[in-house]
Amino acid sequence: MFFLLASSAASASWNDPYPSSDRGKNILYASFRERPKHFDPARAYSFNEYNIIAQIYEPPFQYHYLKRPYSLVPLTATQVPQPHYYDGNGRQLPANAPTADVAYSVYEIHIRPGIKYQPHPCFARDQDGHYLYQDLNREQLRDRHTIADFPHTGTRELVAADYVYQIKRLAHPKLHSPILSLMSDYIVGLRDYAQVLRDALGKGGNEHGDYLDLTRYPLAGVEEVDRYTYRIKIRGKYPQFRFWMAMTFFAPLPPEADRFFSQPGMAEKNLTLQWYPIGTGPYMLTVNNPNLRMVLERNPNFHDERYPRGGEPSDEVAALLRDAGARLPFIDRVIYSLEKENIPRWNKFLQGYYDKSDPSDILAESFDQAIQLTSGGDTELTDSMRARGIRLLTSVGTATYYTGFNMLDPVVGGYSEKKRKLRQAISIAVDEEERISIFLNGRGIPAQGPIPPGIFGYEGGCAGRNPYVYDCIDGKVKRKPIEEARRLLAQAGYPDGRDPKTGSPLLLYFDSPQAGPEAKAVLDWTIKQYKKLNIQLVPRVTDYNRFQEKMHKGNAQIYRWGWGADYPDPENFLFLLYGPNKKVGAEGENASNYESSGFDQLFERMKNMDDTPERLVLIQRMLEIARADAPWVWGLHPKEFTIEHGWLHNNKPHNMTHNTVKYLRLDTELRARKRQQWNPPLLWPLGVTFALLAVGAVPAVVTYVRRERQVRR
Amino acid sequence: MIAYIVRRALYAIPILIGVNLLTFALFFFVNTPDDMARLHLGVKRVTPEAIASWKADHDYDKPLLWNSQAAGLDKVSDTIFFRHSLKLFVFDFGRADDGRDISYDVSNRMWASLAIALPTLLVGVLINITVAMMLAFLRGSYLDTWGMVICVMMMSVSLLFYIIAGQYLFSKLLHLVPISGYAPGFAAAKFVILPVVIGTIGGIGAGTRLYRTFFLEEMGKDYVRTARAKGLSEVRVLFRHVLKNAMIPILTGVVVVIPLLFIGSLVMESFFGIPGLGSYTIDAIQHQDFGIVRAMVFLGSVLYIVGLILTDISYTVVDPRIRLQ
Amino acid sequence: MPFKLIFLWTDILIFLLLASVVLFALYARRHEHLRVPWRQVRRRPLAMSALVVLSLYVTVGLLDSIHLQRRLEGATAGQAHYATNIESLLDVVCSPLRERIEKSYSAPLAMYAFSREVVPRADGRMSFEYPRLRFGGAQLRDPSERGTDIARRIGFGLLLAIVTFVLLASGVVLSIARRHNDSVARAVARLARGDIETPWRAILATTGILLSLGCVALSLAGGYHILGTDQVGQDVFYNSLKSVRTGLVIGTLTTLVMLPFALAFGVMAGYFRGWVDDVIQYLYTTLSSIPAVLLIAAAILSLQVYIATHEESFATIAERADLRLLFLCLILGVTSWTSLCRLLRGETLKLRQMDYVQAATALGVGHIQIMGRHIAPNVMHIVLITVVLDFSSLVLAEAVLSYVGVGVDPSMNSWGNMINGARLEMAREPIVWWSLTAAFTFMFGLVLAANLFADAVRDAFDPRLRT
Repeated sequence: MFFLLASSAASASWNDPYPSSDRGKNILYASFRERPKHFDPARAYSFNEYNIIAQIYEPPFQYHYLKRPYSLVPLTATQVPQPHYYDGNGRQLPANAPTADVAYSVYEIHIRPGIKYQPHPCFARDQDGHYLYQDLNREQLRDRHTIADFPHTGTRELVAADYVYQIKRLAHPKLHSPILSLMSDYIVGLRDYAQVLRDALGKGGNEHGDYLDLTRYPLAGVEEVDRYTYRIKIRGKYPQFRFWMAMTFFAPLPPEADRFFSQPGMAEKNLTLQWYPIGTGPYMLTVNNPNLRMVLERNPNFHDERYPRGGEPSDEVAALLRDAGARLPFIDRVIYSLEKENIPRWNKFLQGYYDKSDPSDILAESFDQAIQLTSGGDTELTDSMRARGIRLLTSVGTATYYTGFNMLDPVVGGYSEKKRKLRQAISIAVDEEERISIFLNGRGIPAQGPIPPGIFGYEGGCAGRNPYVYDCIDGKVKRKPIEEARRLLAQAGYPDGRDPKTGSPLLLYFDSPQAGPEAKAVLDWTIKQYKKLNIQLVPRVTDYNRFQEKMHKGNAQIYRWGWGADYPDPENFLFLLYGPNKKVGAEGENASNYESSGFDQLFERMKNMDDTPERLVLIQRMLEIARADAPWVWGLHPKEFTIEHGWLHNNKPHNMTHNTVKYLRLDTELRARKRQQWNPPLLWPLGVTFALLAVGAVPAVVTYVRRERQVRR
Repeated sequence: MIAYIVRRALYAIPILIGVNLLTFALFFFVNTPDDMARLHLGVKRVTPEAIASWKADHDYDKPLLWNSQAAGLDKVSDTIFFRHSLKLFVFDFGRADDGRDISYDVSNRMWASLAIALPTLLVGVLINITVAMMLAFLRGSYLDTWGMVICVMMMSVSLLFYIIAGQYLFSKLLHLVPISGYAPGFAAAKFVILPVVIGTIGGIGAGTRLYRTFFLEEMGKDYVRTARAKGLSEVRVLFRHVLKNAMIPILTGVVVVIPLLFIGSLVMESFFGIPGLGSYTIDAIQHQDFGIVRAMVFLGSVLYIVGLILTDISYTVVDPRIRLQ
Repeated sequence: MPFKLIFLWTDILIFLLLASVVLFALYARRHEHLRVPWRQVRRRPLAMSALVVLSLYVTVGLLDSIHLQRRLEGATAGQAHYATNIESLLDVVCSPLRERIEKSYSAPLAMYAFSREVVPRADGRMSFEYPRLRFGGAQLRDPSERGTDIARRIGFGLLLAIVTFVLLASGVVLSIARRHNDSVARAVARLARGDIETPWRAILATTGILLSLGCVALSLAGGYHILGTDQVGQDVFYNSLKSVRTGLVIGTLTTLVMLPFALAFGVMAGYFRGWVDDVIQYLYTTLSSIPAVLLIAAAILSLQVYIATHEESFATIAERADLRLLFLCLILGVTSWTSLCRLLRGETLKLRQMDYVQAATALGVGHIQIMGRHIAPNVMHIVLITVVLDFSSLVLAEAVLSYVGVGVDPSMNSWGNMINGARLEMAREPIVWWSLTAAFTFMFGLVLAANLFADAVRDAFDPRLRT
């Protein structure tokens, strides 16, 4: 063992998990917890997928890195266009036309000329201009297992047709794009287009497997105007559509790539778009081994993009503007290592082998070590962390976690005054503040409604409180006392948690998909909350599948769930309570199956408005209705904490976008020094152990000698 | 000999069919195609049409075992069981439910599993033999008694505790090795040390105890007494005769487990982030990826049977009196 | 009655097991060939010490196996209503431990919480400090008294232990004196020398140690959380005690469940040979060739499906957790009966050639009778040895399975769940070591005692079956 140790310790830190040849290079080290399932931009819809592909695929727009509230800026487009509105007869309407008159909106997007794709074998051509790898047979593919096995690469200029192509792909029946059904409601002709493709594909597929040359099938609502311009026609008015166009669903995809990966034999070797993204972004994926690591390499063809100049006033202080105007990206390579267990991840961060933690990384367990609350109730890093030069970045996440009541349930559901009071009583009893302090270590704020801070419609302080759960005392929001909840419960027909007629205790069921070591603690705590009202809560724990099935059938009673924003608009949260969006029957996201005609009418008016004071009034009225009905115990909005080492610069938490790696800069020299300083190998305990073993062997030797002597005698 | 092996291999076929049917039934009860579809389509915005078309794509829209609508042979072959299970017999593991080629993954990950399991086995056997021989030599003395008590104590500690304590001590406090991770090739050495050390320590208790009984059994035999009476020193008796004969049960015990080394250790691999087959299996269980679980069950059974055959063969090698019929 | 008794499935099985152990003991008393090896076990000091420890665990486990539901007060319609949570006798005994729940972590014997909190001070300002615990050390006005208070409690506990011990020991001495017709003084001397067949010296020493530990724990537990509290503020000592039953159930019921199959199949295969043997061999080779963890995972997941689809039949969490525990035992049994079956088959093949079996066959005695009368009793020592040897490995397996996520129900107290949760606590700074240490110590105690006892049983029953 000593030998092995010695050989691996030729250089300074013995516990360095990276090869010594990479030492001192401009590489960002990050981790991923689970292998991402989809890198195809038509499919990818979760954070761990975005973390990678947002660095590669470039939709026409992006969010401004520094400005808050979140605002859109062009990425490959020349500007963020205002839609043109048309009535049913195709006449153009003025921009301030009433929503009801608008039959179609048209977005016309110009992209910047001269943007080039990353080097990729699908573009590779020989001297005569023929594609090298577009007509391969199985034999030629035999020894090629990864994209790196194709030696030649090429590139091409980005054109508007690539954007059109990708929108068409959303309808491809074999891709199962999660937003197809939503977009079919808006993009003109998309629903029919999906049918056309389904017919074209036939039941059994064709000789090229599932490949369809989408360029041959026109899509009514999306057209290529010229080489650098395309147009999207939307039904009605849907201002949120511009946010969708900042997501990778609307990134460009070259048809050559689709054709390349559709060649027979490719899919069997995992050579698919699902696995190998191709884009115009600052980075390209060069190694994709989800069992071990993924590597992003700087795209040599990346277009000229500059670090933003303006930001929030605080950005100057935070040294976020030092690189203003500099060319992006700064970092040469990003290595994401697979790290499933929390503890190794956290310890490696402390040892300097990860440059920053993801927001989800600072788990409650390591929290005490890193972060403390100040006497003012704020959070700051502990002294030991600050001494290491570690920084803390906080932001309130655009997400909400809530406890929902199934409104179809005979016990907790329904809209009568009694049922409403029952739910309100429970809302008071479930102490979200305590949940935040025990399980999140203060990393959250109690929710007053579905809308999280940072989204239009959110109000802080006493004005924005939920008056059914919180009082306003001396200008401070305070949870109502438990006596109030007991009173409400009595009015709801359960004095002291009993049914007065039979004397039987009120028995409620809590459906939870949670498992793992934390689950028991959380469940125990939840039971305790209902116990305050003498309500007997029975948890029904199942796996996530069963949980979802229960939700779909409407068999749950009380459940806990969450929602993270797709885009920064209140519509994306309020639609979780919109009647026609019910889970049962309508397969929507309204998991409580809440249905209130007043709320629904207001929602329909509110959803297509711009962020005006009138819209705020509508939202306030909607919140009032929902709070009175209490279909949810408005839970909490998580606060997201990121901590980073002193050598990482320009990091600003951004909840809407993930293409932020390009802004980051590293001080590799400082990193190398700190790593060495923090990881001195300690050898003496090993020495002591071996010495002890040697001492322990003495009696054995003594016995041996004695026996040998006996034998000789 | 060859005839024997062929016969045993043929005998394995009904066993493997049984294994397949059993796992198929169990996992299908747990995880209906609808569940699989939902799991793979993600959390947000999943519609019934999407589920239906996912099932159609992955051949999960067929009847389970018997297709009464199909004609002729298709009654059996156009079913989920046939499409997904029987190909295993030609080691075509098919694709995982996320589209990855399972055979490719298995052949890649196998080496990481071996890199941990093989050194653990070898070092473990060596240390266990050494300690057991020492104890057998010192039999009856207070050292033997206390050695056995320590062995029992070491056996009574959960492997999880060894891992947690080992990581804490060697990686976090002493900075000697990386906490977790893996690199292919020779770079694996620094990642492999800790799991191997922990695995060995965890196995010392039980192993030493077992091997000591082998040694004691041999030492009680007549030929040892004769050798001793001839005036050979105790150490020579031990190395010349006892060790040689005790190696028979030790080796046969080791041979059975060699094929199973490929599968790796579930717990070790997931604690140390080693991309072997053990962590592959755990992931598959947690993600309910039916294809991978089925493949791993099948692989495990095959290797187990290979182990049994190897054991029989190794008997004949170490003891020529035994003949295989 | 202010409560009603509830019999969970595992409770019934445990008492069934207890009854059969008692019956077996009575049976063994009357049969010389069984009495001799047991007497040999009884002579070994280490084994008897282990037995004392084991019986302490068993007592805790049995206390925890008598379940009841309390009646709710204030029923109006004459009909009695019972609380939905099921308690055990152990819960009732330990109710102070169970009910004194802190907010979150606290160290063993602490008076202050583990992490700081914002506390409003008297002058209206907020301060950030370690708050006093609600129960731990709450009896103390002045925090500086803690040391003396703890010392006082330890002293009291030791005193109690000594008094009890002296009472016990004098009982033993008197009975020795009577049996050997000795004077008391000579009996004490014999005891001290260890000059008695039963190693009373070791037994008393072990009892003494356990008594002092127990009494000190009891006296400290009145005012403190002796092993600290966990994340939601529950007493770790109580959690560890509750886990005893889970460990015992897994270790014993698994073998109980598999025993009939292993015995019947093993003996049948060896006795009948031919196609019966083929079928049974096929069965166990198939089962044992499936990697055990995968089989267990599949079975546990199917159970979850069953529970999810039959929610109405499980009124309480305890019933649900209990069913899962039982199922875990069953499936562990399925994976572990094969090795015993193989051993039994081999032994039966040998016994079949024995003269007395041949004679019985020649006399036309029925197959079932031969197997029951002549073969089964003669393979019992193998069964016994396997059972005691398996026990400890099953207890250890539970922890690993819980880690994989297919162990006992997460709502159930078990050492596996405790270790699993403690994994995350190890990353805290300062480190939260007490949950892991408590789980480790309790588990180690049980497994070590079981291993030591099993060794003695094995040596006594079959010195040559050492593998």
